[in-house]
Amino acid sequence: MSDPLALVPKDPERQTAKDFKTDQEVRWCPGCGDYAILAAVQGFLPELGLKRENIVFVSGIGCSSRFPYYMNTYGMHSIHGRAPAIATGLASSRPDLSVWVVTGDGDALSIGGNHLIHALRRNVNLKILLFNNRIYGLTKGQYSPTSEIGKITKSTPLGSLDSPFNPISLAIGAEASFVARTIDSDRKHLQSVLREAATHNGTALVEIYQNCNIFNDDAFAPLKNPETRDDVTIRLEHGEPIVFGANRDKALRRSASGSLEVVPADSPDVLVHDATNPDPSLAFALSRLDSPAFEHTPIGIFRNVERPSYDELMRTQIDEAIAQQGQGDLAALLGSGDTWRID
Amino acid sequence: MTKQVRQLDRVIIRFAGDSGDGMQLTGDRFTQETAAFGNDLSTLPNFPAEIRAPAGTLPGVSSFQLHFADHDILTPGDAPNVLVAMNPAALKANVGDLPRGADLIVNTDEFTKRALAKVGYAANPLEDGSLDEYRVHSLPLTSMTVKALEDFDISKKDAERAKNMFALGLLSWLYHRPTEATVRFLEVKFAKKPEIMKANIAAFQAGWNYGETTESFSVSYEVKPATLPPGLYRNISGNMALAYGLIAASVRSGLPLFLGSYPITPASDILHELSKHKRFGVRTFQAEDEIAAVGAALGASFGGALGVTTTSGPGLALKAETVGLGVATELPLVVIDVQRAGPSTGMPTKTEQADLLQAMYGRNGEAPVPVVAPATPSDCFATAIEAARIAVKYRTPVILLSDGYLANGSEPWQVPEVDALPQIDPAFAQPGQEEFQPFKRNPDTLARPWAVPGTAGLEHRIGGIEKADGSGNISYDPDNHDLMVRLRQAKIDGIARDIAPVAVDDPDGDARVLVLGWGGTYGAIAAAVRRIRVSGDKVAQAHLRHLNPFPANLEEVLRSYDKVIVPEINLGQLALILRGRFLVDVIGYNRVRGLPFKAEELADVIRDVINS
Repeated sequence: MSDPLALVPKDPERQTAKDFKTDQEVRWCPGCGDYAILAAVQGFLPELGLKRENIVFVSGIGCSSRFPYYMNTYGMHSIHGRAPAIATGLASSRPDLSVWVVTGDGDALSIGGNHLIHALRRNVNLKILLFNNRIYGLTKGQYSPTSEIGKITKSTPLGSLDSPFNPISLAIGAEASFVARTIDSDRKHLQSVLREAATHNGTALVEIYQNCNIFNDDAFAPLKNPETRDDVTIRLEHGEPIVFGANRDKALRRSASGSLEVVPADSPDVLVHDATNPDPSLAFALSRLDSPAFEHTPIGIFRNVERPSYDELMRTQIDEAIAQQGQGDLAALLGSGDTWRID
Repeated sequence: MTKQVRQLDRVIIRFAGDSGDGMQLTGDRFTQETAAFGNDLSTLPNFPAEIRAPAGTLPGVSSFQLHFADHDILTPGDAPNVLVAMNPAALKANVGDLPRGADLIVNTDEFTKRALAKVGYAANPLEDGSLDEYRVHSLPLTSMTVKALEDFDISKKDAERAKNMFALGLLSWLYHRPTEATVRFLEVKFAKKPEIMKANIAAFQAGWNYGETTESFSVSYEVKPATLPPGLYRNISGNMALAYGLIAASVRSGLPLFLGSYPITPASDILHELSKHKRFGVRTFQAEDEIAAVGAALGASFGGALGVTTTSGPGLALKAETVGLGVATELPLVVIDVQRAGPSTGMPTKTEQADLLQAMYGRNGEAPVPVVAPATPSDCFATAIEAARIAVKYRTPVILLSDGYLANGSEPWQVPEVDALPQIDPAFAQPGQEEFQPFKRNPDTLARPWAVPGTAGLEHRIGGIEKADGSGNISYDPDNHDLMVRLRQAKIDGIARDIAPVAVDDPDGDARVLVLGWGGTYGAIAAAVRRIRVSGDKVAQAHLRHLNPFPANLEEVLRSYDKVIVPEINLGQLALILRGRFLVDVIGYNRVRGLPFKAEELADVIRDVINS
C-alpha cells in the first residue's frame, strides 16, 4: 500500500508541540472544545516528524475554521464550505505536502456538503477533521444539519423540522475509505485516531464530537460524564470483539435480520470489528447505533480500506504520458495538426 | 466535356441541415481543405443546444458558414453566396439570409410532403417558383449516396448518413479543394469500422465525380491562395487557441498548469483539449461543480501552480465568491469565461458580450480584477498568455472574456516561434534574514510575495478575513481596512503602466469618428471600417484587449474624436463604464441576437454617425 507521506520531507530535528504554535492569540470562547483539539493536534504532529513547511491546514468558515491561524504551518482560512475543494487542488498538485482540512458540521455538511462527498469518493490525500458541535456557533446559535430534530434555537423557536445527518453514515455512503469518530475531551483516543488518519492513503474523515459550551453545552454529556460514559461508549478496535459497558458485559451481534443487537458479552457469535472489510455494510450498521439519546455510541475507526488515492492516479497518468510520448515540446504542439507553409 | 473555370476573390458557403446530418463535421472538413489550400478564412458554426433536436424541425437546424478568400478577411461573411440545404427545415431557416442570385444546393430526397408540412411549407418551394431569384441545384443527395454505396456491406441507414460526405465531395469539386486530407481524416476517424470508412471515402469521391460529370454544374470556381506573411500556418478555433495559450504560459513560466473545470457550453472544449496534454504536466480536474472547479484551481495556485478555471456566464456567477477570495489572498488565478447568451441558461450555444459588468463588478466588496478579452479566434492564444502574465506578476485573479463566436469560430493562425513568446517570472518568495511578511508589497507593482508551501521559514496563514498591511495578521482596524482596499485597487490600476497603449487605426489621422470595440466584435468592426473607407469616408478604429485597467492613453484617444461609436453585443456595458470613467458621451450600438454583428450592419451605423 502506498504511504501517503512517502514524498513529504522529514524534519531531521526533533519537534515538540511548541513548534506548531503561532504567536496569534487564540480567540475561541473560554471552555470551547476547540482548545482541546488544537492542543491534541499540536501534540500529535511531532510524532509524524514532517517538515513544518510541508504541512498545510485549510479551513472553511465557522468557529473551527479559525484553526489554521493557530498552527505554525502553511494555512488557508478560505470560504464557507469550500475547504475540501481548495485542498483538493492543493493536494493533487503537491504530493510533497501533508494537507489537512478543518471544518465544522455547518461548513462540511450544509453549505459544503457537495464538496465533502465528492472529496470522499475521489479519495484525495486529505485528512478532514470535522468538528461536530451540532450547532452554528459563529452566527450565534442556529440549528445545524447535525442538530437533533425538534431543536429549539434562535431560528427555530418552535423546534427544528429537519432530520439530522449522521456524518459517519454519510461518509460511508459517499464511498469514504477512512471514517472515524472521536471526542474532543479524550485526548488519547483523539490522537490515536489522528495517527491512523495521517498515514491513511486517501481521504480520511475524522468526526470529532466537540462541545460548544455557549450555544449547545453538554450536547455530548452522556459520552463525557464519568458516570455514564463507559456504559454508552462503544470503543471500536480493529480485530477485537465489540464489547462495551462499564463492566464490559455488553457486546454486539448480528441479528437474524442482519441488523445489530446488543447482547450479553458472553453470548456466542459476538462481532469482531474489522475496519478493513471491503463491504461497508457492517461499518454502516455500526454508524446507525448512534442515536440522539446516546444509548450506545461507537467511537474509533469504522472503516479503513485500501484504495488508490486520486492524486497518485493523476500523477500516474502524467508519468505514463511522459514515459510513452516524452516530455511535452511546445514548438511541436503549436505546429501540430494540418499545417501549411507560406514562403 | 471541359467545364468552365471562373475566378473569384472570395466565397461564402453555408452548410445547413438537421443537427444529426453532420453539418459541423462537413464544415470543419471543408475548412481544413480550404486552409491547406492557402486561402484566408473565417468560420461561423451555429447549432442548437440540443444534441439531437427533433428531426426535420426548425429548432433542430445546424449550420456552418465559411468565408474564404484570396486576400485577408475579417469575418465569416454577412450573407452566403452558396447555401447547401439538406432538408426543408434547413432551407426555411436559412433562405432569408440568401442574397438574390446566390447558389442554392438542395437535397430533394428530403423534400417529402411530410417534411415540408413539418416546417409549415404549404407547397414545395422547389416547385412553386418562390426560389426563382436563386440558382437552384435540385439534387437527390441521399439517393445518389445510397446508390453509390450499394456494393458496400453497410446498412441503408449508414449509407444515408454518408450523404454529408457526398455533399462535401461535390463542394470540394466545385471550389477546387484538395481532398487528400479529408481522405486521411476519414481513415483515422473510422479506423475501427473499416467498412464505414471505405463507404464514407467512396461517398466523398462520388460527390466529387458527380460534380465533374453532371450538367447541373457547368462552372467550377477557383479562389487563389491568399498572400499572407511568410511562415507556418494552421487553422485554429478560439477554444483551441486558449488551451494552447495556457500550455504556453505554463511552459514559459515554469509553473505546472492546473485546470479546475466543470463542463459547460461553450467552454468545455478547453477542458477536453487540455486533458489531452498530460505530457506537459497538465493536471485537469473535472470538479463536482463550478465552485469546486475554481476552488481547486485557487488551491493549486496556493501550492505554486498556474491555477486556471474555465467556464461560461452562469459558471462565473457561481465562482464569484472564490474569485473574491483570490482577490483577498492575492493569489494568481486565471478565470476564463466563454460568454454565451444570458441571463440564466439563456441560449447556451449562441454568442453574447453581456458578462463584462459581471466580470468587472460581480463580487461582494471592493474586489477589482484585471479583465482581458481576445479579439479573434487566434488572438485567444496571446490573450491567454497575457492573462497568465498579469495573474502571476500581480498575484491576482484575472478574468478573460472570450465568447461563443470566438470559441467555435476558426481562422488561419501563423504559428509563433516559442522563443518569441513572453517569459513569465513566478518570482517565488525566498527565505531571507528578516521576519517574513506575507503582505509586504513590491513597491513598483504593489504585488505581495508568493510564498509556496515547502519553503522553510515562510510558513504563514492567509484567508478571506481582512489582513493587516505587511504582516497579514487578522485585522479589524478601520484605517487598515481603508488602506488595504485602496492598495488592492491601486495594484490593479497600476497594471495600466505595464500594458500596451491602445492602438488607433486612423490612416490619415483626420477622421472625426472613432469606432471602439472590445472582444469578439473585432472582425465585424474592422470589415465595416474597410467598407466605409472604400466608399471614401473617414473613420478611425480602436479595439480594447484590456478592459481593466484600461490602457493609459484611452481617455486621450476618446477625447480626440468628435464622436465615438461603441458597438457591443449587450445593452451598452462598455459604454456605461466609459461614460462613468471619462464622462465621454459615447454612442452605443447594441444588438443581442445571439449572433455576431454583420459588417454591413455596422457600416450602416458608422455611415449614419458620420453623416449626422
